[in-house]
Amino acid sequence: MQQATFRVWRGEGKTGQFRDYTTDIVPGMVVLDAIHRIQATQATDLACRWNCKAGKCGSCSAEINGKPRLMCMTRLNQLPLDQPVTVEPMRAFPPIRDLVTDVSWNFEVKKKIKPFQPRRPDAPDGTWRMAQADVDRVQEFRKCIECFLCQDVCHVLREHAMHEQFIGPRFLVYAAALEMHPLDSADRLTGLKDDHGIGYCNITGCCTKVCPEHITITENAIIPLKERVVDQFYDPVRKLLRVFSS
Amino acid sequence: MTYETHEYDVLVVGAGGAGLRAAIEASAGGVKVGLICKSLLGKAHTVMAEGGIAAALANVDDRDSWKVHFADTMRGGQYVNNWRMAELHAREAPDRVRELEAWGAVFDRTSDGRILQRNFGGHRYPRLAHVGDRTGLEMIRTLQDHGVHRGLDVHMEFTVVAVLTTDGRAAGVFGYERERGRFKLFRSAAVILATGGLGRAYRITSNSWEGTGDGHSLAYRAGAQLIDMEFIQFHPTGMIWPPSVQGILVTEGVRGEGGVLRNKEGRRFMFDEIPEPYRNQTADNEEEGWRYTQGDKTARRPPELLTRDHVARCINREVKEGRGSPHGGVFLDISWIKTRIQNAEDHIKRKLPSMYHQFKQLADIDITSEPMEVGPTTHYVMGGVLVDADTQMSTVPGLFAAGECAAGINGANRLGGNSLSDLLVFGKRAGEHAAIFARENQRGAVDGAAVESAARDALAPFESGRTENPYAIQHDLQDAMQRLVGIVRLEDEMREALGVLEILKRRAAMAAVHGHREYNPGWHTALDLGHLLTVSEAIARCALERKESRGGHFREDHPEKAAEFATINMAVRQSADGTMELRRLPIPEMPAELRQVIEEQK
Repeated sequence: MQQATFRVWRGEGKTGQFRDYTTDIVPGMVVLDAIHRIQATQATDLACRWNCKAGKCGSCSAEINGKPRLMCMTRLNQLPLDQPVTVEPMRAFPPIRDLVTDVSWNFEVKKKIKPFQPRRPDAPDGTWRMAQADVDRVQEFRKCIECFLCQDVCHVLREHAMHEQFIGPRFLVYAAALEMHPLDSADRLTGLKDDHGIGYCNITGCCTKVCPEHITITENAIIPLKERVVDQFYDPVRKLLRVFSS
Repeated sequence: MTYETHEYDVLVVGAGGAGLRAAIEASAGGVKVGLICKSLLGKAHTVMAEGGIAAALANVDDRDSWKVHFADTMRGGQYVNNWRMAELHAREAPDRVRELEAWGAVFDRTSDGRILQRNFGGHRYPRLAHVGDRTGLEMIRTLQDHGVHRGLDVHMEFTVVAVLTTDGRAAGVFGYERERGRFKLFRSAAVILATGGLGRAYRITSNSWEGTGDGHSLAYRAGAQLIDMEFIQFHPTGMIWPPSVQGILVTEGVRGEGGVLRNKEGRRFMFDEIPEPYRNQTADNEEEGWRYTQGDKTARRPPELLTRDHVARCINREVKEGRGSPHGGVFLDISWIKTRIQNAEDHIKRKLPSMYHQFKQLADIDITSEPMEVGPTTHYVMGGVLVDADTQMSTVPGLFAAGECAAGINGANRLGGNSLSDLLVFGKRAGEHAAIFARENQRGAVDGAAVESAARDALAPFESGRTENPYAIQHDLQDAMQRLVGIVRLEDEMREALGVLEILKRRAAMAAVHGHREYNPGWHTALDLGHLLTVSEAIARCALERKESRGGHFREDHPEKAAEFATINMAVRQSADGTMELRRLPIPEMPAELRQVIEEQK
């Protein structure tokens, strides 16, 4: 049987080291299968998160050969197996153990974004009418599985650790899904500018490249939001109008 | 023993669709609500639901109504359902779907801008509100975001090891948080179990690691009854190749959109056997079946959209008789629709995006140009905690159950799409009635000795002198259940299974854990074994006793339905000496109005 070696991060909190495990591999295997095999036979306490094993829940995020990816959707036949495959936790979040990181910050960020607020129903029976064409864009954003790989790769969070000032690509997509929801009537632009730090994003597009759901985060979500913020707050005509009206 | 204590009025265990909906409703009832989940919030198995939410909105076909949905559900469940639950479900599902839209869910639309509905197995009219093939994700995200903004108190990555009772009433739960492995006690006046299913008792399953029957087993140990445990749904279409993806679900939506099943000879074998109760509603030629999937209201549905139990057995038969696909399944083909419609490739990608993605990425198959290979996978358990239809309270006062871990709505077989609606309808009801219960009843005192004993049991795997690998025990259990209490059952095999389970119980008592308590999956696996063993025994005992074939329970030695079993549910409970006691519960007589509804829809 064919074998491959996995160089897996074993850590407790901030300390740790890579350890090599060699295991059998079968056709079609993904990295998560290999981790499970190692767990079942060589390292029963190897910590990792996973749930659906089909790319739908976004639990098994990790850095594989240095790239942020879902372990369940990374086929071994797409990786060079003549050298060890490195598997390590997402580096933009505090490590807990082995491949598991503390992603709780993300859940706190979401609470700070104004929730969905629908306009009054369109029909007497309390329902709304929306055309498919008008919901396509929002549906793209709502594909997000909250794997947080985009947060992991974002320079503002990863290199500059600006978690207090910037909500990251995941929550800009979340805000965009609400802002572009045909029924929504809340205003999040002030929040995006002042509290959520949309200005810090310098649209390098790294988040879009790692999104396992292929959401075009930068072009479809962040840039239009930035434009709306600019229109609202920095448009010279509007600025003038504001001066006169105040 | 040291542990943190938290106090709530209502405590919800499980944060999938049912748990979230229950927590939202309980919190609307003005009581203090705690929500516990085994994984991170939003990762529950509900995200895997693909096809849609069954609700008679009648947006696509105005002939639909709660009555048709009720009759479809009862027929699909082969009339051993709790008819009151089936009625409530059919009546209330439309409001629960509309409510999701008001909370921000974005369903696919009809041409006049309403919620679009699609065809699904066993549903007479297009009934499933959906979002492509990721409806479960849409539902869970909507509920999660709505709940979070209501201020729900969420305890993530927390596993419950015992439901505590005092004087026969629920008093709270005890368990550990995964990150540090520390114990916590949750005291509450009412506990709602919404823990989902038990697919991990089988080797080939669509379920994640969480589906170990926790709620079933916790309720059983707390004195509640489990019913219908012999009824397991083997979803007809799971992936079978390559080996590492075996069991991953292929949505029924593929067939709803016109996908067909063929054997290796290219034959549409589903036309070969159409069960009597469905003969009038099923197309008898390929042309008519195709017209049905394209919305022709005069056409009858293709046999691929018969109920899941039947389709799974037909696939099993084809494979057994040597007409299967190269890797031991059959072919599911959606690419053929390009001979019927233009832009078929784009159409498939738009209607079934995650299926396209899943096969492309995991199996190197392009479903727009070639057929998939599929076979049955353990998907869902119809059985669960016996509850009151209206309130969802179990026979233990203060202990509620909703969603997959409760039983009744589905009878012997669940229709696709009825699960998401079940979660919403009965999640809401459980939340509402648990809040009422909590307002009327004080929190019970907690028995300190029971807590100590639960903690001791939970730590036992760390004791020295133990030698068994918990993963190996789990693997052997899955293998035994798959082989001996699977899709086709025989008396001798099930007796053998009970013997194997006894041996596994002894091995589980020797399960060893390496390392410490912090985020240690070996420990978690060792503790899950107890739940898996309890539910597996319940499945085997009930299946042995039901000497007939009905829905998700097929006996090769009793292949027909038997009248003596048409009016009862199998029930198990823990007897005083700790053994499993099996009983037959008579099904209450259905009221004349409901009987008439069923007659009218025949």
